[in-house]
Parts: sequence; C-alpha cells; structure tokens
Amino acid sequence: MTAPLKDITPAERARSTSFYEASARTRLELLLDAGSFVEFIGPEQREVSPHLKIFDLPEQFDDGIVVGHGRLDGSPVFVAAQEGRFMGGAFGEVHGAKLTGLLRAARRISSIPVLILFDTGGVRLQEANAGELAIAEIMRAVMEARSAGAKVIGLIGGRSGCYGGGGLIAGCCSALIVSEPGRIAVSGPEVIETNRGIEEFDSRDRALVWRTMGGKHRRLLGAADVFADDNVQDFREAALELLGLLGPFGLDRLKAEQRRLADRLRSFGDCGDAVDIWTAEGIAHAEAVPELPADQFIALANRIGRTSRDAR
Amino acid sequence: MEDLNFQHQVRARAGGTRQSAIVGVVASGNLEVLVERSLPDAECAVDIKTAAVGFGAVWSAVIGDFVERYSPGGLKFSINDGGARPDTVSLRLAQAVRLIAEAGQ
Amino acid sequence: MTLDNILASLFPDGHEVRNDKGVILGSATLRSGGRMLVLGVADRTALGVDEAIRLSGHVLESIDRDSGPILVLVDSDSQRMSKRDEMLGLNEFLAHLAKVLIHADMNGRPTIGLLYGHSAAGALLATGLATRVLVGLPGADPAVMDLPSMAKVTKLSMEALQEKAKSTPVFAPGLSNLAQMGAVHMTWSNATSLADQLEALLAALPAVQDRRDALGKERGGRLKATEIAERVHDLALQAR
Repeated sequence: MTAPLKDITPAERARSTSFYEASARTRLELLLDAGSFVEFIGPEQREVSPHLKIFDLPEQFDDGIVVGHGRLDGSPVFVAAQEGRFMGGAFGEVHGAKLTGLLRAARRISSIPVLILFDTGGVRLQEANAGELAIAEIMRAVMEARSAGAKVIGLIGGRSGCYGGGGLIAGCCSALIVSEPGRIAVSGPEVIETNRGIEEFDSRDRALVWRTMGGKHRRLLGAADVFADDNVQDFREAALELLGLLGPFGLDRLKAEQRRLADRLRSFGDCGDAVDIWTAEGIAHAEAVPELPADQFIALANRIGRTSRDAR
Repeated sequence: MEDLNFQHQVRARAGGTRQSAIVGVVASGNLEVLVERSLPDAECAVDIKTAAVGFGAVWSAVIGDFVERYSPGGLKFSINDGGARPDTVSLRLAQAVRLIAEAGQ
Repeated sequence: MTLDNILASLFPDGHEVRNDKGVILGSATLRSGGRMLVLGVADRTALGVDEAIRLSGHVLESIDRDSGPILVLVDSDSQRMSKRDEMLGLNEFLAHLAKVLIHADMNGRPTIGLLYGHSAAGALLATGLATRVLVGLPGADPAVMDLPSMAKVTKLSMEALQEKAKSTPVFAPGLSNLAQMGAVHMTWSNATSLADQLEALLAALPAVQDRRDALGKERGGRLKATEIAERVHDLALQAR
C-alpha cells in the first residue's frame, strides 16, 4: 500500500514530480520550502498583455511568468518561472518586465540569489519588438546583478526548452542546471531545417535534435554545469549545491570564458555531430550516451569534468 | 474571442478562508480559472473570455451544473479559455473551488 | 552609406578598421584626440560562433590596455542558423559577446551601437542591443523577425500583418518601430558629418543606467514595461 497523500514529505512529493510535466506554479511550489512562496504581481492583479487582443488571442492573468520570493532550505531566494504552455513561454512586454524588475531588485540586494526557471521559445512574435527589448534589458539586468554580487542560476527542463533570446539570457547566468528533456539553443530545429535543408538538419529526427541541443550534450559540452534527473527535488538539490559553490563575478571570469570558448572551437569546431564531440572528449561508446540513465550519465559527466566553474 | 458572463444565486457560502486561487494554463484545449472570494455569500459569478466563439449555451449548461453541485457562494470565477472541452472546464472549476477551500491565505 | 563612407565620415583624422569577411575589427582616432575601439559585423554577415569569438576577443584585449568609448557597427544577418553553430553552443558565444560589451560599458568604456544596415534576432541582441546607446542611420532596417516568417508562424497573411502593423509598433520590423520602443535612442543624419554627431553624443552621453523601458514609455511604444518592472522591483525590496 502506498502512503496516503498527507503522509508524503515535501521532498518525496518533489522527487516524484516530473519537472517537465509540472506547471510553472507547481515547479515553484515544490522547489521552494513549503509555504514560503510570495508572488509579486500575481494573477489577481490581471496584468495581461496589452498586445494579444490585436491578434484575437487569449491572455493569461500572469502573462505566462510567475515571479516572487521564497526560501530554499531556509535561505531567501528570488524566483521566476516561465509557463512554457502559454504562448510557448515566450517573452512579451509584461512577461519580460516582471523578470527585469526582479533582477534589478537583486542588484540592490545582492545577497539574495535569483533562480530563473526557463521554459521559453524566445521572443513572442506578436510582440516581437517588445519581447526582444525585454530580453536585452534582462541580459543587462542579469550582468548588473552579478556584478553587484548576486548569483543568478538558470533551471532548464520544460516543454518549450530554452530557445532564442532565452538561450542568450541563459548564457549570461552564473550557472545552469539542465535535465534530459531540456534543450538550449538560439535557433529552433525547424528554422535550421528551413535555412539549411533537411540533409543538414532533419527537425523531425528527435535523436538529432537532442544530440545537438539537448540536456546531456549541453552538460558534456560544459554549456550547462549540472545535470539533474527530471524531477523537482533533483533540481532543488542541484540549485542548493550550486549556491554553495559559485564564486563572484568579475573581469577574470570573462577572460576565462573567452579562453574556454576558444578552446572549445579549437577542439570541436570540425566535428560533424555531437557524438564526435563526446568521442573526442574520451567517452567510449559515445553513441550510447543518450540511453544512459540519469545517475550513470551524471557520474560520466562528472568524470569528464567539463564545467565553467571559473568562467562564464 | 468572446466574452461571457453568468451570475447565480446559490444556497450556501463556499468553504475555506483563502481569498484567491488559480488553476490551469491558457493553451489549446486548456483554460485558467482565477477564483476570488469577493462576492456576498449567496452569490456566484463567472466571467469568461474564450477563444472558441459561439458556445454560450454549452458554457451556460456547464456552469449551471457546477454551481448546482458545489454551491460556490461568495466566489467570483474569471476564466481565460483556450478552447477547452466541457469536461476540462468542469474539472478546472472543481479544482478551483477545492483549492480556495484549502487552508492558507 | 557604405561602411567605408561611414568610417571616413566618423573618423576624418584616420582609422585602422578592417573588414575581414564581415567581421569589423580595429580602432580609430576621435576628433577630440582620444581613441575609440571599433568592432562590428558588416555585409549582412550572419553572426555565428566564429565571428562572435573574434569580436569578444577584440574587446577583451582592449579592456586592460585602452581607455575611451567603444563603437559597435552593425549590418548583420540574424545569428547563423546551422547545426554546427548550435552544436557548439552558439547561445554562449553570443551571450559572451553581449556580456563583454555590457561589462565594458559598466566599467568606464561606454559603448555606442551604430546600426547602418540590417540586423535581426540573436545577432541584434549580441551587438546593437548590448550597447548603452543605439544609434540608427537612415536606411537601416533592423528586424526581430521578418514578416513572411511571422506570417507563416502566426498563420496570418502578409496583408493582415501589414494592416495590424499600422496601428502598433510592437511587432513589425523597422528603425522607427524600434525607436518608438526605446531600443534605438536616436537616428543620425547622413547628410552631415558623422564625426560631428558622434562628438555631440560623446559630450552628452546618457548615464550608464538602462532606461530603455522609460524611453519606450515616453515615446508611446511600450506603455507597461517600465511600470511593471518598477512594481516588481519595489515589491521585491519589501519582501525579504
């Protein structure tokens, strides 16, 4: 017999909840200490997009992003979680501004880290200019917060992945946690196929999409720092681990990042496929990586050792 | 998009002390329901913005059944609908009334 | 204006700026006597990992060695859309370029973007939109996404999109829309000396704080952004 619902601890509930399947609100509820979440500009404020009605599209009361404050193992954190199922989690004017304001506060209170739960296809086309600008302002605000001493951690594992301008914001974070379903890229698979032809990139070849942009590849490349299994508890533990490890931001990090990325280009710039990169990194039977269960993959990734700890 | 509104007199106040709750997501085949404890005890209102035009009679029936079953007195339901089926609408309304009855603010 | 004309008009006292297969790198003498670092993308070249790493390197080499403002010239395509670039982590390369520009701007090297041609999407985010002040030249045509692609994704006709674009600057391409949004701070004239206009801008540079959302509100292009950001900011400061 399974335990009645009320006897399951928060950690057990979070461990048995798929991060990928959960809504933004559920992710936050289970990621943070029970009952600690306070929302800023919640749905009852009805701050919807002013632009969707031009396109006769439905609105969402929180415009697809939940921002606020909570506790992680007792310590305060600012959080933002995108709802990937509303308009593909895309950035619009109001959606973006909620995150910008949160990051500007983090710059002021540099002792409170920011966790961004990305789940986005990038810019919301119907508000393209506002969305793009919001992303630019968020990138600036992330760097100002980090320069003031705040840590900004990205969590990526939702249905919409972390695409477009979202991928650029992610690249500005102190560190990233990614799961198997997570994807990080600038252009989406269909766009690459349209641009370069199906021979280069068949967007319906899921294995190819995941080798190129998916969580495991990003972890092995060092484009993400920690790989989490697809449950909220694993993401929570990864965030706690990172918060304990991350150092301050400064010019040295940018110089280290330049070296890190230049090294990557030198080492792998001629590889035709991600499997070739994994092989070059010394992984035997690289083609088996996609099938590895999370715990074995995490052990493998930690052995290979590519992270961006002093860079980024 | 279509805007609909329904008002009902009900026999009992909805349980709980929470002032508001939200369930669901606005997506194709889905909807969000924001529920607020903002009306007199014997009243219930439902405001709907829906992407599926021309289904007023169906909404009326679904909400009528819901109100009859749950007597959500004092509650205002605000819905953003992405074209959900009636059973999904019923489910979300039930989830909303259960959520606002939970302990908490 | 061609890139050569622009450089000649900006730097009548001379410049050492090269265009190497679409990657602009160099520096120039300002009329006031100081030096300006120059970088950018030319000839509507796509911004991929190979281009981005050179541009960020150019700024980083200059950071300890030089002082003075930095000019980012932009006539690019969008980001390079290829399997190779994505596989190698294009998001990190583009973010790194933006980070380097932002860091420079925050640390005594004010950045000015000069959009003289095209740019779009990820390339625009990593270049022009990562500067403190973005200036447009007449004829520049920035876009977040082109209308035909938007039509395909939104399943609306081009005509329907163009009709909607008449009543709002929020989605359609173009310099004036981006100016109204607060992204482009000013447009220069190509009928007068660019050196004069650059000198005037350098003498009256806006403060380092990012006020593009307030600018968007002043110009009527973004009425909600600055208010929402301020409200969240104030709530967050109270919340701890």
